[in-house]
Amino acid sequence: MIEVRGLTKRFGDVAAVDGLSFDVAPGKVTGFLGPNGSGKTTTMSMIMGLNRPDSGSVTISGKKYKDLRWPMREVGGLLEARAIHPGRSAYAHLWSLAQYGGVKKSRVEEVIDLVGLTSVAKRRVGKFSLGMGQRLGIAAALLGDPAVVLLDEPVNGLDPEGIRWTRSLCRELAGEGRTVLISSHLMAEMALTADQLVVIGRGVLIAELPVDEFVARSSKRSFKVRASNLEMLIPALEDAGALTLRETSACLTVMNLSAERIGELALEQQNALYELTDLCSLEDAFMELTEGALQYRATA
Amino acid sequence: MTQDLLIRDEVTESKSRAGLQCALRGEWTKFWSLRSAGWSVFALAFVTYGLCYLSTSALRGHTEVTDPIMRVLVGFNFGQFVMGVLGVLFLSSEYSTGQIRSTMASMPRRGIVLGAKAIVIGGFGLVLGEVLSFSTYFLGRFILSGQASQISLSQPGVLRVLIESGIDLAIVGVIGLGIAAIVRSSAASLSIFTSIMLVLTVVFFALPGVIVNVLSRYLPANISSTVFASTTPSQLQGTPLFSPFIGLLLLALYAIVLLGVGGWLMAKRDT
Repeated sequence: MIEVRGLTKRFGDVAAVDGLSFDVAPGKVTGFLGPNGSGKTTTMSMIMGLNRPDSGSVTISGKKYKDLRWPMREVGGLLEARAIHPGRSAYAHLWSLAQYGGVKKSRVEEVIDLVGLTSVAKRRVGKFSLGMGQRLGIAAALLGDPAVVLLDEPVNGLDPEGIRWTRSLCRELAGEGRTVLISSHLMAEMALTADQLVVIGRGVLIAELPVDEFVARSSKRSFKVRASNLEMLIPALEDAGALTLRETSACLTVMNLSAERIGELALEQQNALYELTDLCSLEDAFMELTEGALQYRATA
Repeated sequence: MTQDLLIRDEVTESKSRAGLQCALRGEWTKFWSLRSAGWSVFALAFVTYGLCYLSTSALRGHTEVTDPIMRVLVGFNFGQFVMGVLGVLFLSSEYSTGQIRSTMASMPRRGIVLGAKAIVIGGFGLVLGEVLSFSTYFLGRFILSGQASQISLSQPGVLRVLIESGIDLAIVGVIGLGIAAIVRSSAASLSIFTSIMLVLTVVFFALPGVIVNVLSRYLPANISSTVFASTTPSQLQGTPLFSPFIGLLLLALYAIVLLGVGGWLMAKRDT
């Protein structure tokens, strides 16, 4: 259980986090969403006791981070930037942390196996790929078998297999009754992993709601369409009020029209539909939600 | 095995809280698991033995040599730098790589982190310093055997020089660590360290005056020059010097003050 209350952190004149309050409950995966620069990492650093809040507080199971008796056994964190000296082997890195946290040596081998780094455990971390570095970070987070797990952008740099693995790991950890908070700027990823969402923008809480509710709320829908004759289909769709976007010569994105109408229009033309896919519009919903809070926006 | 030096029990369930003992184990593992540890031992041995060989060989055939032990240990003047650099990098590299975030997350009481590092670097410096000073002594004695200018432990001051030279090395390592705790960046820490050890001394001699005469004996380089010699001059180019013992105490005081300020800043700052 993490309780964030009125958390504020300023860097110079800029409030990176501004009066943020939310709860992260055990037994669930909570997705921490926000555009780049919205204060996710700063917030997670404050939860881990690495940054000092200007005001407000964070408690973990009712205690401040610095008052935890065995911090590593209670909270495990993967921090966004690789927090690892590149000159050390994965094994030595984890072993030194384990000693700091009063964790058994056998647990080091356990987590190395768990994240699948056994074959490279003695290799220097500097030679690791981005994905291997992420796995090592996750291993470090799980070292103390903590009840609270924080993962900052855990799927960054992971291949599809790694992404799927991280997803099921998070589900598993939550299934064991742990408190799991993962940050991401990718809504679609969160929709697959998280149960609960905490959405922030410019350091301010925008929404705190279950994922299902968020999905249901998303207003705009769009479809991916492939057909035997797209040239013929496009004008008909547009006449019916749709917005179309030619993705490739064989593929079209259609907005503002229901799947039923698209199918009927194609049938009228005797135009064979090869594909009619509901494009998850979560990214749009996310954009809608955070529109006013974008820190970095391309003007073009 | 070095890696098992500090590890007695693996299970620490019985202890009430992660503290200095855990931090010491972690820091010791961190220390030996980097290549820089091996390299610095090699560099220290190379400098002290190599310079001992060169400077002592030059004494062969000479009859009247003042303070031969000082010539034998001449490499310690450079060895100090290696130790100081090691002390700086032991902490500053954690800041430059981001490792410090992992460290501070596992030990939120940051004074304990710095304390553990100071004990590890100081202990390492002390053991290595003593081993080096005594082994260099034997190397020098071997080279000078049968010569007019011999050295032996029974000569006045020699044993004192050997013991204190090792202590000097340990303290300079901790001074490097303290500077890194204050400034964090490797480049800035290293230049401040070299300025204090080297440049400041040069600047002082370029600017003679009453104030310089009073202050120059407080310079680490002038303190260690008395530590590394058996016949201690009470003054250096007209300026008074501290005795080696007082000098070492002063050096230790510098280290403690730097650690104190560094520890306070670490606790106050974000990572």
